[in-house]
Amino acid sequence: MSNIVHDFTTDIPVWKTYVGPLDLAEASAEQLEALKITPSNTKVSDYVLVLAHDVETLKHRSPLFNAVMYNRGGLSRAEREIGAVGASIVNRCIYCAAVHASRYNQLTKDEDVIAAIFSDGVDAQINPRLKAILTFAVKLSKCPPDANAADMAALVEAGLGKDEILDLILSTSLFGWANRLMHTLGEPITE
Amino acid sequence: MAENEDVIAAITGIEPGSAFAEVVAGRADIMALTQQTHDGALTPENPGGLSHAERAALAWRIAKVNDHKAFEDHFEAMLEKAGAPDNAARLADIWFDGGSDLRTKALIRHVDLVAHAPKEATRRDIELLQEAGIADADIVRLSELVAFVSYQIRVAAGLQLMQELA
Repeated sequence: MSNIVHDFTTDIPVWKTYVGPLDLAEASAEQLEALKITPSNTKVSDYVLVLAHDVETLKHRSPLFNAVMYNRGGLSRAEREIGAVGASIVNRCIYCAAVHASRYNQLTKDEDVIAAIFSDGVDAQINPRLKAILTFAVKLSKCPPDANAADMAALVEAGLGKDEILDLILSTSLFGWANRLMHTLGEPITE
Repeated sequence: MAENEDVIAAITGIEPGSAFAEVVAGRADIMALTQQTHDGALTPENPGGLSHAERAALAWRIAKVNDHKAFEDHFEAMLEKAGAPDNAARLADIWFDGGSDLRTKALIRHVDLVAHAPKEATRRDIELLQEAGIADADIVRLSELVAFVSYQIRVAAGLQLMQELA
């Protein structure tokens, strides 16, 4: 028995694909290289096996993802996760929101911020810096993007440096990408 | 493949040597990977069931949905470079829904949905593509195109807001 998850949660669901994942027996050398498959590492998630159908984007996407979320300097890792969560709320990607909300909680050892965001969205009662970050992420994620000069000024006012603002733009935009894959190519379930 | 071009730098007009250029240079690796993904999504060596012209036309459509004029111009130019065959060019016409052609109709419907309101997408939307005869690998290629272009437009839009600060 499995159930589709429709509400935001920090319990990470299982992602079930709507399309056929790549069959490793039929994978090209380029696909295997992008999947970093070696004799000692043959475990690849269904999600990555689905994306491997388009290896010419996947091979750049994986290092790009890691650079945006984990590169040194700039915005803290936890605050980059708020960019990811803001996008995932707008696009209602339950899976992405769960993974990145729980990562924020792990990094900060604080569950109140995410609980407030899941409950009240941009009206969440959180500190001014996080509120400016969340508001900017949510508005940039709309289609067309809706962030404006006042939202940008609010980031500066809240103390973000330009290097931090750049990282927020990148992590938010990255999840505009990730949500459009994860939420449209499969669904979050509990087993 | 595009030759050492950086679409975001060109669109945002980052002036070399400026303080803003210095900030962006701090993430030069990400900007380079972004351009490489752009080339992989728009002009792949193996385009599968989505031609370079169809990709450029659909990307132009996505730029229209996002109301980003500079990206509209960029993808229009890419479409012309790809030869702009009429049947592909029509994909960029925001008032065209595909008419009687099942595949075209399914492509346009899905691109508009995922660009504009991905939260509305369900299993049924993927089934509609499959029923129109679009292979799973091409569904993934199409999804990456919409998802990537949506990302790239947001990076540029954010950088443009940052530039106004300086």
